[in-house]
Amino acid sequence: MADLAINGDSAIALAWKQIDPDVCAAYPITPQTIIVERFSDYVADGEVNTNFVCVESEHSALTLCTASSSAGARTFTATASQGLAYMWEMLPITSAMRTPVVMAVANRALSGPININNDHSDAMAARDCGWVMIFAENVQEAYDNAVMAPRIAEHHDVQLPIMTNIDGFILTHAVERMTPLDSKDVKSFVGDFKPLYPLLDWKNPVTHGVMDGPEYYYKHKYQMVEAMENAIKVTEKVFKDFKKISGREYRLVEEYMCDDAEFVAVVLGSSYGTMKAVVDELRAEGKKVGAIMPRLYRPWPDKHMTAALKGKKAVAVLDKHAPIGAYGALYADVCTSLIDMKDAPAAYNYIYGLGGKDATAKDFRTIFEDMLAGKAAKYTFMGVDE
Amino acid sequence: MSTRSIKDLTKLEPKMTSGHRLCAGCAEGIIARQVLMATDKPVVVANATGCFEVSTSIYPYTSWKVPWIHTAFGNGAATGAGVEAAYQSLKKQGKIKDDMRFVSFAGDGATYDIGLQALSGAMERGHQMMHVCFNNEAYMNTGIQRSSATQFGASTTTSPAGTAIPWKAEYSKDMTMIMIAHDIPYAAQASPHNWRDLIGKAEKGFECGGPAFLNVISTCPRGWRTPNDSAITMAQLAVQTCVWPLYEYENGKISLTADSERIATGKQEKKPLMDWFSAQGRYKHLTKDKYIPLVQTLQERLDAKWEKLLKLSKL
Repeated sequence: MADLAINGDSAIALAWKQIDPDVCAAYPITPQTIIVERFSDYVADGEVNTNFVCVESEHSALTLCTASSSAGARTFTATASQGLAYMWEMLPITSAMRTPVVMAVANRALSGPININNDHSDAMAARDCGWVMIFAENVQEAYDNAVMAPRIAEHHDVQLPIMTNIDGFILTHAVERMTPLDSKDVKSFVGDFKPLYPLLDWKNPVTHGVMDGPEYYYKHKYQMVEAMENAIKVTEKVFKDFKKISGREYRLVEEYMCDDAEFVAVVLGSSYGTMKAVVDELRAEGKKVGAIMPRLYRPWPDKHMTAALKGKKAVAVLDKHAPIGAYGALYADVCTSLIDMKDAPAAYNYIYGLGGKDATAKDFRTIFEDMLAGKAAKYTFMGVDE
Repeated sequence: MSTRSIKDLTKLEPKMTSGHRLCAGCAEGIIARQVLMATDKPVVVANATGCFEVSTSIYPYTSWKVPWIHTAFGNGAATGAGVEAAYQSLKKQGKIKDDMRFVSFAGDGATYDIGLQALSGAMERGHQMMHVCFNNEAYMNTGIQRSSATQFGASTTTSPAGTAIPWKAEYSKDMTMIMIAHDIPYAAQASPHNWRDLIGKAEKGFECGGPAFLNVISTCPRGWRTPNDSAITMAQLAVQTCVWPLYEYENGKISLTADSERIATGKQEKKPLMDWFSAQGRYKHLTKDKYIPLVQTLQERLDAKWEKLLKLSKL
């Protein structure tokens, strides 16, 4: 297919059209709305087989998705911010029922105060619910992640739901150049959904969503931990296969100019692009700096992050959510990957970009300047006038 | 009314087995079995969190011989709708050939209160499923707390008969009428004491081609403070006193059925409300002499509701 000028939401809707899921149940919320609107166009024009259910809330959206997936249908949804928060009760149930639901999350600040702009407070509040989580730097990756997501979630060694995260407005609404795949390539790459123990196989009746006492609850949770661990290898394999059809190469932990870097910054989502531009700028000035993004955020790619940070002098970890009463979630994760390292780099936490506050190359440059000057603090809440 | 005979029904393979962990005297298992007898087609059961759910699915055991799913409390109807949505998609794509039926079971908490939004949404969207409410008039699974189905005057653990506040002081919500206001193809009230009426209504609900709602009075000996062998007689008394009229809404018309139709046409006695109160420990305070005027007022209110239903049934 020819290159398109397209925004991130429409790119995801295009990927979904090419995948043609059996069921999609969703409730509109800014800045995800374009996904369900574009997809509704495909449904209305008969371009997909999908049964698109316009539910009355996000709680019901994720409930329908979980039940539909349990029934044996490939099922997608999309949400953001308050919608994800409203789904929260269902998030760990969807994963515990081992239903590989695919959900696009247009990352937006959580209320309150109410704010429609981008940060990662929605995703971070949902990070330990048993969902695989991947992030995108740009519209191309938003599309690519949407194509790869069902392969990761539905793999029988994983069987867990997946969140494909994109930064609200920055990626959902911004138009970028994007190279789509041919629909037949997408179809054959994703393949058929092969559910285990579907409810609709009524000749082999199964009981889904049982009650556990302590002994079985404990074991069932451990099975989820193992399945999540398996997602590391499965995701790597899916990235490898994806390169064959797209020519685009992805890694669990992306590194930019890191080989000889002494000072690195770890960041998630679209900010990675800004950070790479800052790295270019500083490299031109002879500074040994680099940028890192964990494309796969859950499961945490611990070994990969440790390898990426080995031998560095210092690492700045940028969190785009408000950890009220603790350090940033990404910072805490990065620190776990440093804990066994001999001569580990110093690690600094920067909070930035909350509620859509601009995060410019100039801002990011100060982070490297802090580290280079030995002036970085363990915790910095950026851009607040004292 | 079902045309199936008791003899036919005894030959049916149970879809939910005995050995479940419902309390002695609970009506929910009886109602569920009657409902599931009403279809010969493959059926998938969705269940909201509640007594019935926890009593039939304690891992590694299950009471279910048919596909069954539970996800959470406030979304029993949405869970059923999700299975039905998958079915409609796969059927349209030719991936499923069989004609299947879908039912969601939920208590009054998961129907009248926390589950109302999800139920309203599922009914409005037209999923081909029947939602069955086991109405035992309080949150029994968590220990007999009041719900919006709890009737005026009942003592529950969150509306106890105290010295300052004597009982639950609010009237119950008319959930069946709320469902009728959705203008779904079929809605009804039923009672397990009249199995032929209940099964007949469930048959209609399964076959109505769209969303259906069945509200069933369900005796709870723990919560109602009634003997364990009273599940059927107590439900029957609810109908005989017109506390729980049997009626259905079909093709836009409300009709009284069975015992209630007989009461309406003078073929059966209408018992006084005091019979209902005096049979149950949860109302025992109301039987004191000083409350005779109040009970009289409640009787008048109930009579007015009954008259209104009679008028609706004549429209």
